[in-house]
Parts: sequence; structure tokens; C-alpha cells
Amino acid sequence: MSTSVVLAILVTSLATFSSRLLGVISSEGIKETSKLFRWFNCLAYSTLAALIARTIIFPVGVLSDASYLSRIIVVLFCLFIFFISKRNFVYPTVISAIMMTVLSNYL
Amino acid sequence: MINKEFFFKGFKSILTPDSPALALGCCFIAIGALLKNLGFNIQESIFSTMLTYALPGSLVMAESLLVGASLLNIFLAVWFVNARLYPMAVSLFPLMMHKSQPKWKYYFSCHFIAVSAWLIMKSNYKSIEKKYRIDFWIGIGCATWTTAVIGTFIGFYASDYLDKNIMMGLAILNPIYFLCMMVGAMKTIQITVSVILGLILGPIFYFLSPEWSILLGGLVGGTIAYFIGELNVN
Repeated sequence: MSTSVVLAILVTSLATFSSRLLGVISSEGIKETSKLFRWFNCLAYSTLAALIARTIIFPVGVLSDASYLSRIIVVLFCLFIFFISKRNFVYPTVISAIMMTVLSNYL
Repeated sequence: MINKEFFFKGFKSILTPDSPALALGCCFIAIGALLKNLGFNIQESIFSTMLTYALPGSLVMAESLLVGASLLNIFLAVWFVNARLYPMAVSLFPLMMHKSQPKWKYYFSCHFIAVSAWLIMKSNYKSIEKKYRIDFWIGIGCATWTTAVIGTFIGFYASDYLDKNIMMGLAILNPIYFLCMMVGAMKTIQITVSVILGLILGPIFYFLSPEWSILLGGLVGGTIAYFIGELNVN
């Protein structure tokens, strides 16, 4: 393994683990019925939603080569499938991959 | 030690029909293929997934390496992207804290905090006695972590057979799965408003600061949702 890649992996894992560990240490004094816990719960859901929106609208990696139109079509259609399939997670997930593979050929 | 019954109960929870294992595995297949294309060898790819176990962070590291960023730049870029793990930990671990459990379990298992495991735990914790929730969590974490490692392995060796369109298909799986799970979790006014505001504010803040957009979107959206929820309860 090359040194620079190993160092990059170690630095990445350190940056990631620090947030996790700080979160656990902070959790020790927080009761699950407290207002502070409810606030953090809202922050967590909102942050995840922001991450998902950013991943779809401003992606990094291979998804950035897919057109906006194809991404929007896939998201809207999969949400539609999610609701008509009585909130089944599997159908929209599988369909999203197939749709994106096909649409990226044409859009 | 770890209670085997609850550990395996957690481990098996990813085998349900609506489990995130499929989406998670497919995304790490894409990561494995991406890392190989960037010049990583199999050991480095597996090592990366095992130690980082966070998709956006791995992507940022890969892209940063590609443009020749310094280690400090990589650290800061990954820290910004993965800082979401902090509120996720604070909103999960109080549900699992029990005085009879040793602290090392919590410190060790925080490595498993990722969207998929977090969402599974959030939707199942009420059915588990509080004392054993940490064992259940370690089971979920080990299962999702193993899935990620296997996905990376498959992706690395399958990369020669995956064209760009298939890679795009694999890359969209995870956000779509998480989006559906988030929409499915919108059962209280606080969570509903949190999710909607996060979806709107995340991209808006991107125009102000790409690095801070996720944190700012989450902080502002979550705080507004919290106050709306509290006012509604009152």
C-alpha cells in the first residue's frame, strides 16, 4: 500500500470517528425525554435531509455526470412508486437504479 | 460482554424485505469500483471502507486525492461532510444508555453510526428492552458494516464490467432509499418539518458555502422545526 493513500485513509477515518465519538461523549448527560434530545433529533433529521438533497442536486463522483433532468425524473417517479406501493422501500430503490442506468443513456 | 441473543436479533434485522442492506451494498459496490479506478489496490479499498464506513466521506477523500489535496485539506473536507454524525449520535445514544452496560460498548460501537444503521435503530428501538439496546445496536452495526465491506470487495473486482451508466444507477440507489426512509419517518410534526426544511435549505445554503451547506441546512432547519413542534405541543 502506498504511504500517501494509507495516510489519507487514516486522516479520513480520524475526521469521521471524531464526530461519532464526540457525539457519544455528549450523549452521556442527555435524557431521552429532555428538550435538548428533541432538538438534536430535529437537527439529525434535518441534516440528513440536507445531505440527501445535496447528494441528488449537487452530487460528487459519478452521479455528477448524470443530467439534472434525469435525476429529477428518477426522484419524482420513485417517490410516486413509494406512495402507491404503500410505502415499500424496495420497489423505488430498485427502480431508481434501473431508471438512472437507462435514462443516463438518453438524457 | 455482548448479549448474543440481542446481538443476533440486531444482525438479522438487515435481512428484512425492506432493509437498507441492498441499497447500502450497491453503493459500496460503486465505491469499490471508484476506488479501483482511482488507483487504490484491494487492501487499500477494504481498509478505507472498514475504517471510514461513511459514503460521503469516502467520496470526498477519493476526489481530494485525485486533485492532489494535502492531508489537512482532506481532514477538513471530510470533517465538514461527516460532521452530521455528531447530531446523529446525540439523537441516538441517549436511547441506548444504561448504567449496567460498560462504557467501552458505546465508544466502540459509535463507529457504526451511519444513515442506514441509524434509521434501522430509530425504527426498532422501542421493541427492545433498554438494557439490551446497545447489544442490538452492535448487531445492526456489524451487519451493515459487513455489508459495506463485501460491497467494496465486489465493486473492486466487478469494476471492469461496470460501465458509467451502471455506476450512475448504483450511485442513485442510496439517496433514493434514504429519501424514502426519511419520508416514511415523517410521523410527527417536528420530524416532518425537519425533513422538509432540510431538503429545501441544504441546496440553498450550498450557494452560500458548499462546505457548510449540510451543517447550516441541518442546524437552521432542525432548530425551526424544533420550535414549531414545541409550539404545537404547547
